[in-house]
Amino acid sequence: MKNNQSLGFEAVKKKGWFSANRFLILRRIVQVTILTLFLLGPLAGIWIIQGNLSSSLLLGVVPFTDPFILLQSMASGHLPLFQGFLGALIVALFYGLVGGRVFCSWICPVNLLTDAAAWCRRKLNLRKEKVISRQWRYWILAMVMILPLFTGVMSWELVNPVSAFNRGLFFGMGLGWILFLMIFLFDLLAVENGWCGHLCPMGAFYSLINRTSLIKVSAVKREQCTDCSDCFDVCPEPEILKGPVYGKKHDIGPLVKDLTCTNCGRCVDVCAENVFEITTVLSGKNSLAKGGEIK
Amino acid sequence: MSKRPQRKVTRRQFLVNTSKGACGVGFMGMGLAGYSNQSQSANPQMLRPPGALPEADFQSACIRCGLCVEACPYDMLKLGRLFQPIATGTPYFLARTDPCEMCEDIPCKAACPTGALDPELNNIDDARMGLAVLIDQENCLNFQGLRCDVCYRVCPLIDEAITLEMHRNTRTGHHAVFIPTVHSDLCTGCGKCEEACVLEEAAIKVLPRTIAKGELGHHYRWGWKEKEKAGESLIDPVLDLPDRVPEVLK
Repeated sequence: MKNNQSLGFEAVKKKGWFSANRFLILRRIVQVTILTLFLLGPLAGIWIIQGNLSSSLLLGVVPFTDPFILLQSMASGHLPLFQGFLGALIVALFYGLVGGRVFCSWICPVNLLTDAAAWCRRKLNLRKEKVISRQWRYWILAMVMILPLFTGVMSWELVNPVSAFNRGLFFGMGLGWILFLMIFLFDLLAVENGWCGHLCPMGAFYSLINRTSLIKVSAVKREQCTDCSDCFDVCPEPEILKGPVYGKKHDIGPLVKDLTCTNCGRCVDVCAENVFEITTVLSGKNSLAKGGEIK
Repeated sequence: MSKRPQRKVTRRQFLVNTSKGACGVGFMGMGLAGYSNQSQSANPQMLRPPGALPEADFQSACIRCGLCVEACPYDMLKLGRLFQPIATGTPYFLARTDPCEMCEDIPCKAACPTGALDPELNNIDDARMGLAVLIDQENCLNFQGLRCDVCYRVCPLIDEAITLEMHRNTRTGHHAVFIPTVHSDLCTGCGKCEEACVLEEAAIKVLPRTIAKGELGHHYRWGWKEKEKAGESLIDPVLDLPDRVPEVLK
């Protein structure tokens, strides 16, 4: 096994630092921009977007509602107003087109935390080990949706760190910091990508929306792969790359079809051989990565 | 995995994995269910914004977006934080420090995207955020015969929701006490009285109506009200029976 500290080194040498980090940079810009837009209201009185990621109002007109939370609300026995439905529909359509887990890697602020943990883990060369199954999140998702039928309240939202984190940033965190420290430490010391890749039911929910996604990563030039395994080391869901990268002899297409792909584009970044591209499903090989834009 | 060409899961493996997941998540669910139960008996001093549905319904309707908090022009609403004694992320206010200013257009209710704050509420005077209760009669200045009257003066519905009722001052024997008296059919629970109470710890407190209100037995009827409704007494007038006096006294 090669030293993890050289991850992406080849790519930087070959493509230049910017090219080898462009999706990462873009992702951070999007994440920080969204946080800033939400914070501008309460901090500076500039109301571009109100609310938080659970539900918000853009420019006082366009409603967004998190379908994951709205479903919990309905499971606990409440029929929301039209505005809530409309918002959820808009959000579900958006993620249905660009990829459900785009939420995870491009929007969700917990990603900043877990990415930092994953980065530290690579720097510290902590061994990869399979401690818990990645299927757990689906079990948890089932629990999250079933529990309200019995308790009559949104039980998961009492502890949901994802909504608590962004809400805390905009409305005050209190002791919530402890929970987020725990998630960071869990990811760092217990399970690699433990929260986002194994437990988070929100990610599980959005991966289900991923089914209809038009934008997907594709290992189009997989014959150029040099087996450096940088993509596997950097990918938050490395198992999903096996088929598309090495599956030629088993007749597995190059498209990363797995629902858990977050379209983060990190594999595109770190590959020195430009094996990966972000493609739209409709146009086949028409790469969006070449244009350098994905929103 | 790489040693086996096929990623087939044996029945045994499947059962083991399934029961692992189910048990682990079951544990988690049990804890969460317990927590959900507790969250429904929130701190009684944390009051819901105007138009809030009954607590259990409110918790299932509120998606914790904070739009009501941002809509409040007086910044008196807060969102419950993790580990606070209220359902995480749901809005509340504390009457003692930040009472409701009772805006006529009810912007918090208008901002709610789910109907957790009842869209049918159009007149803020119809809001029932809680009920003011003069809970500590031993320390209330008016009860001692002083004319503090502050809770009465600040009430947005002065002389309707709170009135001063004159009673005899039994301590001095020849003065009056003016007892601030809350009328539950009109009190909105805005909390102005609790905020204004001059004591270290307020003698008048706004409590959730479920705590503050009693309820008559459903079979109870007030005789005098029934009499008024019927226009006459519902039972026969008292019978005038012949007096029976012992013989010796006759």
